[in-house]
Amino acid sequence: MKRNSLWSWIVLVLAVLYFALPLIGTFEFSLKMRRGVYSFDAYRVVLADPRFQSTFLYSVTMALCTIVLGIVIVVPTAYWVRLKLPRWRPIIEFITLLPLVIPPIVVVFGYIRLYNTSSWLPLTGSAWGTNVLLAFGYATLSLPYMYRAVDTGLRAIDVTTLTEAAQSLGASWLTIMARVILPNVSVAVMSGAFLTFAIVIGEFVMAALLSRPAFGPYMQLLGANRAYEPAALAVIAFAITWLCMGLIQLVSRFSKASPARI
Amino acid sequence: MTDATAVAPASQPPMSGGRRSFAWLGVVPFLLFALLALILPTLEIVIGSFTDQNGGFTFANIANLFQPSILAAYWISIRISLASAFLGCLFGFLIAVAVGLGGLPPWMRSPILTFSGVASNFAGIPLAFAFLATLGRLGLVTVILRDWFGVNIYALGFNLLSFSGLTITYLFFQIPLMVLIVMPAVDGLRREWREAADILGASSFQYWRMVAIPILWPSLLGTFALLFANSFGAVATAYALTGSSLSIVPILLFAQIRGDVLQDPHLGYALAFGMIVVTGIANGIYIWLRVRSERWLK
Repeated sequence: MKRNSLWSWIVLVLAVLYFALPLIGTFEFSLKMRRGVYSFDAYRVVLADPRFQSTFLYSVTMALCTIVLGIVIVVPTAYWVRLKLPRWRPIIEFITLLPLVIPPIVVVFGYIRLYNTSSWLPLTGSAWGTNVLLAFGYATLSLPYMYRAVDTGLRAIDVTTLTEAAQSLGASWLTIMARVILPNVSVAVMSGAFLTFAIVIGEFVMAALLSRPAFGPYMQLLGANRAYEPAALAVIAFAITWLCMGLIQLVSRFSKASPARI
Repeated sequence: MTDATAVAPASQPPMSGGRRSFAWLGVVPFLLFALLALILPTLEIVIGSFTDQNGGFTFANIANLFQPSILAAYWISIRISLASAFLGCLFGFLIAVAVGLGGLPPWMRSPILTFSGVASNFAGIPLAFAFLATLGRLGLVTVILRDWFGVNIYALGFNLLSFSGLTITYLFFQIPLMVLIVMPAVDGLRREWREAADILGASSFQYWRMVAIPILWPSLLGTFALLFANSFGAVATAYALTGSSLSIVPILLFAQIRGDVLQDPHLGYALAFGMIVVTGIANGIYIWLRVRSERWLK
């Protein structure tokens, strides 16, 4: 396969240039706030901004709520479909793939029309209701990834045997879910959770159209009004994404090191 | 092969019998969620695009889409999506081949795939900032080209807030996504096929043209459709880059939802419905072609 080497390296060099330059450019730009010297001023300004702190906290909270919501919806369903309703599988899978077909902006448009203050379920009327709506929207965004991760995790374990064993020991459905199934797919759940976190933390469209004080709209606002701070934010956002993906790698490597617990 | 493992337990359901008729209750919470969070809101838009102000059925909203400004928005959206999907497929495929077929040292595989995972999720607002800092008027690359090489790309007509600028920016998440999706297909190319082609006297070009590409064709085309839908629905990057200066469909819809810029709410529904139709067609092609390509990957 030596004949592939030369052009493989050419492709690699071009790819490294294309992917590294924006990252280097952003980082370099974020250091230029103080005239003439490199400094971390932009980061200091951003991190000290109370709106950064409040919107970031809000988005982290929303991400955690979305992850919990996603786990509660996806894990029992994927488990139940594997155990009892294999024939429903194509339908459920189709629904989980719908968020890839329907753009998020259309979904949130539907929310605004369907749950407005004069509707049967006026969720957009209160801040709390809108937060619930946003968490629902985020959960749909993460649905394809979460479901696929959990379903792949379930494929690796013998769901039927585990369930029967637990039942013969007198376990209730709740016990089976919480103490048998969930621990066995924890790696898959965590992968889905970190990916969800990466998606939710910087999400813009849904939060902006539902007028929630999230991190995405804050970044957009800052980008429209400042020069150097947005670059610092981009570096921070990239670091968060990298951290989430790194954690996914870490948990899946950790699971390979320890033998299956069946 | 997915289906085979899924159907196997069905032939011997463990606890069906009399309780079987109530088993569907277990997926009710999920269906309820899907209905409230996904299906009903979408239906609301679809129905809204076929009703007039008084609630009667009409095709007028759809017909209204065929006015020059809206058609132009769809056209530039589709062009950007086609271009970024095509280039994303091309470069992503080249990288996947370089990694998968041994042109690069094996230890590079894992970092490249991890980076692809990161970069394919690095979209939205921060991506726009990154490219403004790189190819904007005072961006790193712009300045280097101007000061070191004497090439002023803005004087040559380049603009980040344009078709080409947006396409270059979208490639940052399109290429890695392609690498991730097409990698299994490239790994599925058997060494024996290459060897058989070599023994029969095929050149490298002939092997690719007559063996590898035809096998990979469905998954290449399928991923192309997915990448197309991926960039067609993207709002945040374009909005942060261009504000509302570049009139692509998602941005137009964003402005419409915020402030009814079209001055016709039902035209807004129709605009959204048009987006579903376009991404729906693209994803339909993707799913159909993926089913066809899977038989080669067993």
